[in-house]
Amino acid sequence: MSSSLLFNVTTFLFLISTILFFVFLASRNSSIGLGASLIAFVGWVVETGAIILRWKESYEMGHGHAPLSNLYESVVFFAWTIILIYGLIELKYKYRVIGAFVLPFALLGMAWAQLGLNSGIEPLVPALQSNWLLYHVITCFLGYAAFAVACGISIMYLIKAKAEGDVSSEMQAGSVIGMFPSIRVLDDLNYKAIMIGFPLLTLGIVTGAAWANYAWGTYWSWDPKETWSLIVWFVYAAFLHARITRGWVGKRAAWLSIIGFAATIFCYLGVNLFLSGLHSYGGGGK
Amino acid sequence: MSTNKRNFVESLWDFFCSLKLSISLLIGLALTSIIGTVVPQGSIPPEYLQTISESKFKLYQSLSFFDMYHSWWFMLLLYLLTVNLVSCSIKRLPRVWKMVFEPQLVMDEGLEKSLSLTHEFKISGDAVTKLKDFLASAVATPVVTETDGSTHLFAQKTPWCRLGVYVVHLSIIIIFIGALIGSFFGYKAMVNIPEGMAVDTVYAPGDKAIKLDFAVKLEKFSVSYYNTGAPKEFKSILTLIENGQPVKGYEKVPVIVNDPLSYKGITFYQSSYGQSGEGSLYHFNVSRRGGSGGAQLDLKKGEQVTLNGGATLEVLEATQDVRQFMPEFSGPAAKVLLKMPGKAPASFIVFKNHPEIEEQRKGELVLEYAGADEKLYTGLQVAKDPGVWIVWLGCALMTIGIYMAFFLSHNRVWIRISNGRVVMGGTASKNPAAFESKFEALVEKVKALK
Repeated sequence: MSSSLLFNVTTFLFLISTILFFVFLASRNSSIGLGASLIAFVGWVVETGAIILRWKESYEMGHGHAPLSNLYESVVFFAWTIILIYGLIELKYKYRVIGAFVLPFALLGMAWAQLGLNSGIEPLVPALQSNWLLYHVITCFLGYAAFAVACGISIMYLIKAKAEGDVSSEMQAGSVIGMFPSIRVLDDLNYKAIMIGFPLLTLGIVTGAAWANYAWGTYWSWDPKETWSLIVWFVYAAFLHARITRGWVGKRAAWLSIIGFAATIFCYLGVNLFLSGLHSYGGGGK
Repeated sequence: MSTNKRNFVESLWDFFCSLKLSISLLIGLALTSIIGTVVPQGSIPPEYLQTISESKFKLYQSLSFFDMYHSWWFMLLLYLLTVNLVSCSIKRLPRVWKMVFEPQLVMDEGLEKSLSLTHEFKISGDAVTKLKDFLASAVATPVVTETDGSTHLFAQKTPWCRLGVYVVHLSIIIIFIGALIGSFFGYKAMVNIPEGMAVDTVYAPGDKAIKLDFAVKLEKFSVSYYNTGAPKEFKSILTLIENGQPVKGYEKVPVIVNDPLSYKGITFYQSSYGQSGEGSLYHFNVSRRGGSGGAQLDLKKGEQVTLNGGATLEVLEATQDVRQFMPEFSGPAAKVLLKMPGKAPASFIVFKNHPEIEEQRKGELVLEYAGADEKLYTGLQVAKDPGVWIVWLGCALMTIGIYMAFFLSHNRVWIRISNGRVVMGGTASKNPAAFESKFEALVEKVKALK
């Protein structure tokens, strides 16, 4: 069995799970919802195995390193962290329907990685030969994943808030939106997801700075990647302060969370695709 | 007049204390920071003029877009943020400080009404002792206060977590201080050292020379490759020399990417490498036409060597592979300047792989080029930053502060006992839903005490 076969199985399971989540939204049948979650978690376990196997395969090729070294590996890991954070939030707060707005992110990542990216295992270039790689990448991506979950929840918030403004609650109860948690709960879950993401992003930036200082002698050089990570940090810091300011809760907070995730994605992908800088090895894998 | 003044000062103070200012500054910093990621920073004017028009260039230059993170307006935003978070902290800290260190020990009627979680019940026997022991084991050792006819118990958990926000604010200021110290008392510089050479001067941006009080010698530089052809390791072997002597423990130290060398607060990082002309030796064999044997010569670039018979020879330039300049030839080649006594100097190329070309020259002397020992140089990044430990202290504090502010909750429980009647109240600084179930479990346990 090879890791690439397992990654394909993972992608397939995430696809089935996403479809089931949509069926769950439409049918409001709770056993379909349970099935959707369970398949997502099975996919996550298979992906865990795939990542470990790929790690092992790199050792068999003679240049062993953690599978976190290029765009393909990071996208795959991103999908893994999204399901992990979603799973933790579902287990703790029991709002399964959030999966319908989170699974598509993980599916999109896996499908892009499997179809569009170079999946070859390459040896590590000198700049990446450091234990900091592991700490830096893991903290950053767990943070990104929490922001992805928060973004999904914020989209639900805006749909729900709009529907509440438009139609009476009786009509809502019969529609898809009737299954959504109340906007108060969604607002709270958004905040909780960002409370997970913000400390992890902070650690990601700090470990990145520590690594940069160790490898190049400067902990901060206003490189586009560094700057964008700080932009993301500013946006979520604004979100955290907005939460305790009158006039900024609710819709504005939901929009800040969505803008924050857009900035996160630009920091992760846009910087490599459109701008130049120190993280060039993260780009394309070509 | 004086009331006007006071109003002005007050409104200025309110302005700096406002959370709306914090949010605006954070969003403003986020938006303006984008500029520097789109406009390349710190390039030279001709490079910009290749991509943008002159009028745009002038506009950008007047707005400091080419070095925006050090521009007056970006610094102003950072200073405003600092003033804002200091003011906010000054305004709010005293109240929080009091809550942490001078907690309200007695649940009076006012407090009881403000709490969303209260419970009233009866208990028999020595209620005070029972409840004291219970709180000590379930929450924390309670403080007991006696008032006329009533006994009050108060227990709390992690009150200091309320200071987390202020620890984070303080950490940001500490990081700024560390960064300022680094920019005033530290430097970033570069130095290129050819193999076998020692240098004691490094160059900061703008070719500003900085003299070190020791020298760095490059013993050897090497590159190794994976079998895919991708580079695996760039390695400089360095020796530090102080007062003409190698420094003990700093002899032949390997320095690779991600593994720098530090001495006396100055750190050397592997950064680049290349071919060095300096120190390279070019090997020739010179003989008289028709004669045999001849003399072996080892030349340095730019050095004139006098041969037997008064002629002089100098290497002007050399290459390991001439094909890139002259596709019809291959292998090493050297351009030399030969001066025969009483004749005009002649400049020509000698090829290692093509001795027939030298034959065709029909000169009095026949030159054979045997190739070169070309030396490599290493490019080292040199940094001194006495502020870096303050920055790390700030980062550690920030991590601790965020943990306190996000993951710890200040939970408080009050109990009032009078005539066997017990009133219990509680509140938490975070996650009220979770605390509610905790509080209800506490109440159930208390009732089961009997």
